[in-house]
Amino acid sequence: MNFVIPDFYPAAAELFVVAMSFVILMAGTFAKDSRGLTYALTQLTLFGAAAITLFTMDGQVNFTFSNMYVDDLMGDFLKLVLYFSVAIVLLYSRGYMNDRKMETTEYYVLAVYATLGMMVMITANHFLTLYLGLELLSLSLYAMVALQRDSARATEAAMKYFVLGALASGLLLYGISMLYGATGTLEISGVAQAIYHQAGNKTVLMFGLVFVVAGLAFKLGVVPFHMWIPDVYHGAPTAITLFIASAPKLAAFAMAMRLLVNGLFELADQWQSMLMFLAILSIVLGNFAAIAQSNIKRMLGYSGISHMGFMLLGLMSGVVGGDRHFALNAYSSSMFYVISYVLMSLASFGVVLLLSRVGVEAENLDDFKGLNKRSSWFAGVMAMVMFSMAGIPFFVGFFAKFSVLQAVVAAGYIWVAVVAVIMSLIGAFYYLRVVKVMFFDEPVDNTPLVASADMRVLLSMNGLAIAGLGLAPQALMSLCAYSLLGSL
Amino acid sequence: MTGIPFLSLAIWVPIVGGLLALASGSDRNASVARFVALLSALAGLAVSIPLYTGFDVSKSAMQFVESYPWIPRFNINYTLGVDGISVLFVLLNSFITVIVVVAGWEVIKEKVAQYMAGFLIMSGLINGIFSALDGLLFYVFFEASLIPLFIIIGVWGGPNRVYAAIKFFLYTLAGSLLMLVALLYLFMESGGSFSILDWHQLKLGMDVQGLLFWAFLVSFAVKVPMFPVHTWLPDAHVEAPTGGSIVLAAIGLKLGAYGFLRFSLPIAPDASHAFAPLIITLSLIAVVYIGFIALVQTDMKKLVAYSSIAHMGFVTLGFFIFSPLGVEGALVQMISHGFVSGAMFASIGVLYDRMHSRQIADYGGVVNVMPKFAALFMFFSMANAGLPATSGFVGEFMVVLGAVQFNFWVAFTAATTLIVGAAYTLWMYKRVVFGPITNHHVSELTDLNNREFVFLSILAVCVLAMGIYPFPVTEVMHASVNDLLKHVAVSKL
Repeated sequence: MNFVIPDFYPAAAELFVVAMSFVILMAGTFAKDSRGLTYALTQLTLFGAAAITLFTMDGQVNFTFSNMYVDDLMGDFLKLVLYFSVAIVLLYSRGYMNDRKMETTEYYVLAVYATLGMMVMITANHFLTLYLGLELLSLSLYAMVALQRDSARATEAAMKYFVLGALASGLLLYGISMLYGATGTLEISGVAQAIYHQAGNKTVLMFGLVFVVAGLAFKLGVVPFHMWIPDVYHGAPTAITLFIASAPKLAAFAMAMRLLVNGLFELADQWQSMLMFLAILSIVLGNFAAIAQSNIKRMLGYSGISHMGFMLLGLMSGVVGGDRHFALNAYSSSMFYVISYVLMSLASFGVVLLLSRVGVEAENLDDFKGLNKRSSWFAGVMAMVMFSMAGIPFFVGFFAKFSVLQAVVAAGYIWVAVVAVIMSLIGAFYYLRVVKVMFFDEPVDNTPLVASADMRVLLSMNGLAIAGLGLAPQALMSLCAYSLLGSL
Repeated sequence: MTGIPFLSLAIWVPIVGGLLALASGSDRNASVARFVALLSALAGLAVSIPLYTGFDVSKSAMQFVESYPWIPRFNINYTLGVDGISVLFVLLNSFITVIVVVAGWEVIKEKVAQYMAGFLIMSGLINGIFSALDGLLFYVFFEASLIPLFIIIGVWGGPNRVYAAIKFFLYTLAGSLLMLVALLYLFMESGGSFSILDWHQLKLGMDVQGLLFWAFLVSFAVKVPMFPVHTWLPDAHVEAPTGGSIVLAAIGLKLGAYGFLRFSLPIAPDASHAFAPLIITLSLIAVVYIGFIALVQTDMKKLVAYSSIAHMGFVTLGFFIFSPLGVEGALVQMISHGFVSGAMFASIGVLYDRMHSRQIADYGGVVNVMPKFAALFMFFSMANAGLPATSGFVGEFMVVLGAVQFNFWVAFTAATTLIVGAAYTLWMYKRVVFGPITNHHVSELTDLNNREFVFLSILAVCVLAMGIYPFPVTEVMHASVNDLLKHVAVSKL
């Protein structure tokens, strides 16, 4: 048996993050007041990983570790967005975690491992690699939700998240095992080839597909696998909710691309109809349920469900009656959607964090009352985020909706587009309610906002990015399309 | 095409001005915000005037065309241009913006910068709606213009403002979302083009035309507003601050009507012909039934709001009888209504600022203390009732003439508005202005100050000039209207 040394080059960023995680652990253990240091090291890790990813990006599709791992443009691009959003999450959450005595080494280490898990998910070319990445992410997130040990709500949320998450992982594994049974391989491109050559038992394959889609739907948080979202979003400390509501959506999108598009593209007709079902249910239920919420974290949770439904609209429009030339357009519109959503999600929870301070969780709609009188600028930022989420131009959310809807119409599902736009009207109501509370009501609490300068600057830039990308969405749209070109 | 991009300037000068006003910050700098706003409104008007003076009336094609790629990924272009139909509305809008800024000058005391910025940004966006030649660009401006008005109604509005603001927003959004699907469908059908002018040439089957027509109808009917979907307008008008009511009546309602001419008629001509009886019926209901509703209102703003719906009924009626006289009359009516209803709301605003009441019953004998105001208000009321020699008469008369050629009874029904309109407007005027002074609040009223006198007089001059000599207005639109009707007469099947 001869041992071949694998090519580490395509996985350099992951290896760097692993190495840095040890450094952060050591720093946390031995430094006296380690908070500032671990924070800086974590940001440095993300920055370094970004530099390495940029440096090693060559536009080719490189496989390594016996084809278990793939480095392509889609992965590189998604990873860059991932570092960026995790860095923003950490910056936004720092003051909040510090106020609540939760800014510990563990928090940063867990964040780094969650990031690593997402990176592995994004670049997996093997079902087991994908599963490992997913579990690394999930376990880190369970622990992060439970970070606030003495809060009954957070512990309950963590428990719920863990139990349901484990169930979903089980479904996914079961599906994977069936796919293995049908095709005899776990390598994603191998599975695609095996199905293409008509290998395997069709029934087993279909069962496997159903379970895989179910597991995926849980991770995306789409109806009917959405039960965990409102409770976890509500129960977790807001900074952790911010984490869960942003970067993992990118990883889940990548997972969907790897599993469904790279692996099971031959079965597109089957999984597209499943996704359509999930998407419509999510858009309908997410929007209706959000109306009833008075807690803004729950409301954003339900709104996230409907946004993920919109994202699926793009994924379900790739193949029309065996014709594949819509695929690039459809999948890139989904990718644009998910990136826009992450940007909006970051800003919305960022404002919630901005309003929180020691002893005050600004998580009810009433806490936003009269924000315009307290800070016109951040009320404006939040209003932009809300209009953007409602899909009103000139904000990026409109172009996200526009691009998935044009994919849906191109695929001939005009009735789905009509349902989606009617539901986004329902959605507009609760987004408007936030604007109404901020601008039309009198403040109940006149305390000036306390936040560090870097958070203010970054949150402002985040808001401006939402408006700026709405004025000029072309670059990001093209980047999405370009980065997917090599992976289809 | 001249070298200076006047249309882009007409859009972006007010928007940049609005952002500058916003940047002036808190109410400590309120006067800075006011002056920045006035200057940018005047600059916006100044860059719109060359659009009229440089307009070639003999051509029906688009003029002042600018085109740059915006989102090449979906072939979306920043294409602007005006024809004889739209150029007048750009002018009207830029003009009304100046009036609104002046009307809110010292009346608005809280968050002045945001108030002024809201109107300026809205003005730029509305100029964008009238000059966009790209379907998606139109849609983007159309939707985005909801935001400023939503904020304006909700922040500076009356007691029930939240309800009115949300109703206004959701109603309009409900209509326009279906239009988005229609635009996407046209994008597909035309092989990947968002150009409105390309869509005009697109051959479409009857059932497709029908669906598109309905999608556009829902969107524009809400905006006009037409009879069954008009209920948001009285609420929005009553709760909006004076400036908001002026813009909504003078410009906001014209957007829907403009949409019919730019989208519904030329893109789906056969469906337009097929559904014309329906639209005509709805228009007549608006003219007659809404006219009677206006008669029983006790709130002045609500009365004028209902009278606006009735006047807009004339506009849709004029469009769907497909004769040059009807369409031109409708367009004249739109411009005239812009001046007259704007002036009516401004006048009511003048009273409201002093008394903080819009109830007709709270007034009486105003002429004794406010003679200058009474004279101007009298003039605007007459114009609203359609008195000859005011602009209100010209449009209505042209539409009625066009309708007589189409069908005598349609014309007859429409013409009853001249009676009903006179009844509700003049009866309100009588109760508010004439008679003895009814209470001590009225006796303490002060007459118009210079600012109010100037902007109301300017409006009065416009109304009178257009009533006596409408030729400069009709001359501009003539070629484009004829061309449009020729296009609509040709079946696309």
